[in-house]
Amino acid sequence: MIDQPAADAWRLSIDLPSERGASRRVTDDLLEHLGIHGWPPSDIFAIHLAAEEAIVNAIVHGNRLDPAKKVHVECVVSPEVTRIAITDEGAGFDPASVPDCTSDERLEAPGGRGVMLMRSFMSRIEYNAKGNGVVLEKIRNPADN
Amino acid sequence: MSSHKRIDVSKVGDVTVVRFVDKKILDEAGIQELGAELFFLIEHDNRRSILLNFENVDFLSSAALGKLITLDRKVKAAQGRLKMSNIRPEILEVFQITKLNKVFDIRAEEAEAVSAFQ
Repeated sequence: MIDQPAADAWRLSIDLPSERGASRRVTDDLLEHLGIHGWPPSDIFAIHLAAEEAIVNAIVHGNRLDPAKKVHVECVVSPEVTRIAITDEGAGFDPASVPDCTSDERLEAPGGRGVMLMRSFMSRIEYNAKGNGVVLEKIRNPADN
Repeated sequence: MSSHKRIDVSKVGDVTVVRFVDKKILDEAGIQELGAELFFLIEHDNRRSILLNFENVDFLSSAALGKLITLDRKVKAAQGRLKMSNIRPEILEVFQITKLNKVFDIRAEEAEAVSAFQ
């Protein structure tokens, strides 16, 4: 980790049910605290998008909407860094196996863009070895202050 | 379809202008409804020149992109034309990252987009 969040950082640890729409239980609070910590609107958009895509992936593709399974989410928001860890109870996947959605043959496919958007909008994303957990990290650009 | 829940539909000349009711297009059920309402325009209302004005939209997820791609295919299959306008910079970046800016005809403002149908 490059920057450790300050002691007064906002923290959230929550288990979400594997149902559509559950991401709002995280993103409503997350957006509020990104604003409180002074993150610029473009970064708030980026973090919102990445968190939404990752949580939906965990619920729909990871846990396959199984009501017996939870998605665990941990968030830390400080003025300098935002980190979100999302873990599902699914079998995991190999992120390297996701086809390039910008290739000519995939460009007009209806799905498969979430992981690329997460990578593009965040400073760092890292999957665990099993592929059922991901850490999203955004480092604040000091020039935005 | 006499009433829409997710879109507002108006006409500028021969162009059907669609505005989005929701500022955030991310909820799965909402996206399904949105898709159904958009597809109805081309499949049942026989609209052939459709402009999506994103002025009201602050956020959309990749699931929403899927509906826009399907709409684009349906419009092309019906030999119609689809354009988009008034997209805020962050959402435009989403289109650029995914290279969908090469698939969709994106214009800065509604008036420019309407003119481009002529």
